[in-house]
Amino acid sequence: MWVLLGVAVVVVGFAIRLNPLLIVVLAALVTGLAALIAPGLTPAVLLAGAIDTLAVLGKAFKDNRYISITWLILPLIGLLEREGLQERAKTLIQKLRSATTGRLLLIYLVVRQGTSALGLTSLGGHPQMVRPLIAPMAEAAAETQDPDLSDASRNKVKALAAATDNVGLFFGEDIFIAIASILLIKGFLEANGIIVQPLELSVWAIPTAILALLIHGTRLLLLDRALKREAGR
Amino acid sequence: MIGLGVLYVLAGLLFAIFAVGSATDRTNPRRWGNTIFWGLFSLSFLAGSWLPDVVNGLILVAMALVAGFNLMGKGEPVPQTDRAERAARWGNRLFIPALIPPIVTLTGTLTLKGVEIGGQPLVDPKQVTLVSLGAGIVLATAVALVMFRASPAVAVREGRRLMDSVSWAGLLPQALAALGAVFAAAQVGDVIGGLATTWLPLNGPLAAVIAYSLGMALFTAIMGNAFAAFPVMTAAIALPLIIGKFGGDPAIVCAIGMLSGFCGTLLTPMAANFNIVPAALLELPDRNGVIKAQAPTALLLLLANTVLMYALAYRF
Repeated sequence: MWVLLGVAVVVVGFAIRLNPLLIVVLAALVTGLAALIAPGLTPAVLLAGAIDTLAVLGKAFKDNRYISITWLILPLIGLLEREGLQERAKTLIQKLRSATTGRLLLIYLVVRQGTSALGLTSLGGHPQMVRPLIAPMAEAAAETQDPDLSDASRNKVKALAAATDNVGLFFGEDIFIAIASILLIKGFLEANGIIVQPLELSVWAIPTAILALLIHGTRLLLLDRALKREAGR
Repeated sequence: MIGLGVLYVLAGLLFAIFAVGSATDRTNPRRWGNTIFWGLFSLSFLAGSWLPDVVNGLILVAMALVAGFNLMGKGEPVPQTDRAERAARWGNRLFIPALIPPIVTLTGTLTLKGVEIGGQPLVDPKQVTLVSLGAGIVLATAVALVMFRASPAVAVREGRRLMDSVSWAGLLPQALAALGAVFAAAQVGDVIGGLATTWLPLNGPLAAVIAYSLGMALFTAIMGNAFAAFPVMTAAIALPLIIGKFGGDPAIVCAIGMLSGFCGTLLTPMAANFNIVPAALLELPDRNGVIKAQAPTALLLLLANTVLMYALAYRF
């Protein structure tokens, strides 16, 4: 039961807006030490526990370095931005008179969901697609809709561009039969004596995928109306 | 055999260059913090596999302290006024280097798996996608350097400008994965699963579905990852009750349960690579801006998932 203290550190840490990296390290140490709480606990045991926790944390940190490989793309994105990639993306959008923020993001949602459903999850992402292309395009469309776009609305448009990438990915990828989450479910059920085929699982991801498209798509189109109202003021 | 090792050397070298660049960047008031942070990241990439686990842990602690005491800053970007002209000159050709990484990743993933040279696999079969991604990035960067006649120094300078705006958030996804391992070792999941079954009202088919669906979202929000929540919540609620006692269809329950977890992912700063990193990348003033933008979608969809699970699981 004491190990939940680590979870408490996470919740409280985020609530009081501590630096998230610091929260991670504190929560790990608290969890590792709390697991030792028992009658007859000595400082020597605690010290050994702290070192063990550091080792578990350090090993997992090392084993998960592949997650940070994405940053290798930054020199490329930086070069492209220097040559005017964001400006080009904006020009393209401004040429399309019918382009609005909501419609643009809706198209991106459909494409992101569709390609993820085919297993092509690497075709989007925040450093590769959202920052250099999708967010500037959405911003440019919003500027056309409301020439005096407020900073709050600009940030909301950018945040929704990132949100749209997430929603499209999350509720598209599970339709693909070989994605990690489907394989995890299959493996878990198999270990518990229930055999299901990946296709049976991915088929039942479709209703949620459709609802995700409807719900988030509606919100995107409502954004257009909000921008229009703001421009009219 | 090409595996993650090659990518780690590349990343280690890149972060070493970022560290040196930070040290000489007099426009950054906190340049030594950046130097230490990117230097430690470089060390972890280059030497992590050979260092004792405790030392790797200490590297993470030191990086967290640099970030936590707010010792990192940002330099002034080199002023540039000709972006619009450059964009007009290149036109849509600008998109070519941007499209190379996804295309190479895709082709590599589909074709490189069985390729052997002298009986040895060319690429580590378990890491084909990541190696292909790395190859795509290297190729695209080379194409961009030639196309724009830019020097590599300019590329790494621009890269460092972006990395400094992401700052410590760039390490957060990896650090959270490490925290997940500590939670797993201390069996935090089992404790929470036990609590859920003790305290939640589970006395009927509907109550069990609600508890499982909301539990998946909540537990995912705490752990930052639906994969960590799924085995615990499914073993605690779905298998014994929804499937075992009330006869729900396992494929439907688990498929939709996982998607309820994904709704939790949209709501938590613990899912840093989806929520905190993009806020930093887009330079949003509010660290939780992306979460706030997707919260209405996530909550409505969670409700929809719960209804769907109840409507479908007991029918098929």
